[in-house]
Amino acid sequence: MLPELGHFALILALLLAALQAFFGVAGAARGNERWMAAVTTAVAGQAVMVATAVACLMASFVGNDFSVAYVAENSNSALPLFYRVAALWGAHEGSLLLWIFLLAMWTVAVAFGARRLPPRLSARVLGVLGLVSFGFLLFTLATSNPFLRLDPAAADGRDLNPILQDPGLAVHPPILYTGYVGFSVAFAFACAAMLEGRLDQNWARWTRPWTVTAWSFLTCGIALGSFWAYYELGWGGFWFWDPVENASFMPWLVGTALIHSLAVTDKRGLFKSWTLLLAILAFSLSLLGTFLVRSGVLVSVHSFAADPQRGIFILAFLIIMIGGALGLYAWRAPQLRSNAGFELGARESFLLFNNILLVIAAGTVFAGTLAPLIADALKLGALSVGPPYFNPTFLMSVLPLLALLSLGIHANWKRGRLQDKQRTLLYTLIAAAVLACGLAFGLYGRGRLLTAVGATLGVWIILASLVDPVDRWRRGLSLSRGVVGMTVAHVGLGLAVIALTTVQSFTVERDVALSPGASVAAAGYEFRFQGVRAVEGPNYSAIAATVVVTHHGAAVAVLQPQKRQYWVQRQVTSETAIRMYRGDNILLALGEDLGAGRWSVRVQIRPLVSLVWLAAFIMACGGALAASDRRYRAAKAAVPVAQGAVTEPGA
Amino acid sequence: MSRFLLPLGVFLLLAVVLGIGIWHAPEKGVVTSPLLGKPAPQFSLPDLNQPTHQVRSVDLKGRWYLFNVWGTWCVECRAEHDMLLRVQRAGLVPLIGLDWKDDASQARAWLTQLGNPYQAVAVDTSGRVAIDWGVYGAPETFLVNPRGIVVYKHVGALTDAVWSKEILPRVSAAPPGKS
Repeated sequence: MLPELGHFALILALLLAALQAFFGVAGAARGNERWMAAVTTAVAGQAVMVATAVACLMASFVGNDFSVAYVAENSNSALPLFYRVAALWGAHEGSLLLWIFLLAMWTVAVAFGARRLPPRLSARVLGVLGLVSFGFLLFTLATSNPFLRLDPAAADGRDLNPILQDPGLAVHPPILYTGYVGFSVAFAFACAAMLEGRLDQNWARWTRPWTVTAWSFLTCGIALGSFWAYYELGWGGFWFWDPVENASFMPWLVGTALIHSLAVTDKRGLFKSWTLLLAILAFSLSLLGTFLVRSGVLVSVHSFAADPQRGIFILAFLIIMIGGALGLYAWRAPQLRSNAGFELGARESFLLFNNILLVIAAGTVFAGTLAPLIADALKLGALSVGPPYFNPTFLMSVLPLLALLSLGIHANWKRGRLQDKQRTLLYTLIAAAVLACGLAFGLYGRGRLLTAVGATLGVWIILASLVDPVDRWRRGLSLSRGVVGMTVAHVGLGLAVIALTTVQSFTVERDVALSPGASVAAAGYEFRFQGVRAVEGPNYSAIAATVVVTHHGAAVAVLQPQKRQYWVQRQVTSETAIRMYRGDNILLALGEDLGAGRWSVRVQIRPLVSLVWLAAFIMACGGALAASDRRYRAAKAAVPVAQGAVTEPGA
Repeated sequence: MSRFLLPLGVFLLLAVVLGIGIWHAPEKGVVTSPLLGKPAPQFSLPDLNQPTHQVRSVDLKGRWYLFNVWGTWCVECRAEHDMLLRVQRAGLVPLIGLDWKDDASQARAWLTQLGNPYQAVAVDTSGRVAIDWGVYGAPETFLVNPRGIVVYKHVGALTDAVWSKEILPRVSAAPPGKS
């Protein structure tokens, strides 16, 4: 009964989403207050229905109901309870349901927050969110229904894909999706502003906290995904420029541009049309990413062909949502001119460069990701784009971006007088260069030009971001959460740059064949292979190796990497063993059985790799801090819109 | 105005490219295997019941057969077994089994205990042949025509519905020997 109940709840949610969209958009257009009042009710009803559907599917997973096709495809009675819950979003249909669920939760949050907004604007925002939700619900019900029954029921499930059986999977998609979906709020605000034909600084102030929150979730989600890939896939890399990763990275880049552009719109009333475009773009890329990844379009060009019905639906949805928004933009954006100006060298110009460079970076990633698809569509033959393309093109836009950050953070709004800060800038740059080169060459004793450049930029960003807040703090001046959040996020970025530079420059990798008792040395560590033994898991059998690690004679750890064979899908996965030691990340993966007790073993020592994820987390925390700034909550107190009057440093 | 129309133009261009991508896709039906319409992968593996003999794909040419991937470790295969026995009794298409990553003595015990629906069972201990066939999990069943072309693939346990709706019409449309 439960699957049918869930299916029914989803259909009701679809109808409520339609009502929400209609009453929101039409009610605001006609100024009908009763219609607009009905929107909130539709939002609540839809949230309850969607939550019911999720609960029903989850119950089928937990109760091992293999008469549900989706459960039979992605679960198994031997699967531990934790993964049976996580298996809900282990494949296409369930991920869509998760998307819809998170959208419903965001919409409820917006409905609560929107009570302070002008009723028309809030009705339009919720109406656009209803439209997005309607599209997703229709797509799910028409082509990807997770509640379909299997007749006869399967005796047991085909199990969750083994590489997804990991604690990382349980948390990674929900957090990533919360970020993705969160950009729909910025999108809805943008559409509402265009429908109104009016966009003021208050609008930017209302939009900012939502966007920054979504961005923080997305940052966390990407870092978790990278972390999961690092220890589960066993290749030892943390970023592969894989289409799936790119799909989450492009909205992040554009979203980063958006939160900076929104800051300018908020503080100075500038960049209005640019902010709108970025809001549309960030959401479009989230949409594209979710669909392309989940329908398998990007992973293999041919799986797009696998289900043309799904593909056509996706395309139609993209054209209606994105095409509609861009059409609205072409119509309304020209009216949203702002007449305030700024000088070259003012903070606005640095933020403009920030925006342009981030969009270029996203564009290069986009081109590289979609190149195979486009080549295939135009019959140019198979084409593969990898790190040799991504690394240099990405660096070309990101290096100037990092250099400009340290300058721009000291620039004033409106007036371009960077000369006042000349000495601060010079001193921090020199300190950064000395510190970075000293650490790189002192600790590791080698490096390339890019090592020095990267490390210097990273340290400079940290020093430059800290100068102003520390100065204000010493003088006993108050620091708003917005400023603290921004500083924390920039320090996180600086740390990320340092960590990435170090990892790229000083990683040591060895692939060796070891017999029991033999050892291999790498970067001051010694790895002694003790042999292998069989291990039994709940739904797999495994071979575990025992390797004793020492550093210059001192015991570090006993690592036990495994090779697992899952019973149902017969897939072999490599469980790497990872240990932190004095900032180094030691990774051990068990390779092939070479016979006579000899095994191939992969040893990697990556200095500071954990800092990459930690830095991303710090950035996300900075975002969360900034989003909780009091001025966003006090927005109701009708702040007089004084064009360009705000010259508070920082923020 | 034109400046503001540019994003829409770029997007529509992209939509056209994506549209072409879908257009080139096969008109209908879910493609579950890239093997469909292609020659079945060649193999030569030891026979489960006569280990000195080989089950070879070349010997199977000239008639329809169902290539069924199974293993004693696979719960779903046990559920499928009765259906396989019914297929054998129908006598329309011979079943060739692929015992996948399995213990041969356990597999023999399984067939003795539950009945042997297969004309021959190839033992694929290493899983190499299953990789050639693009097997994702067990059970999976491929229908191969007399010219050695894979015409249908079913993932999961074979059912009466699949047998009567998918397999039977294909086999009876071109009876054995008249390819």
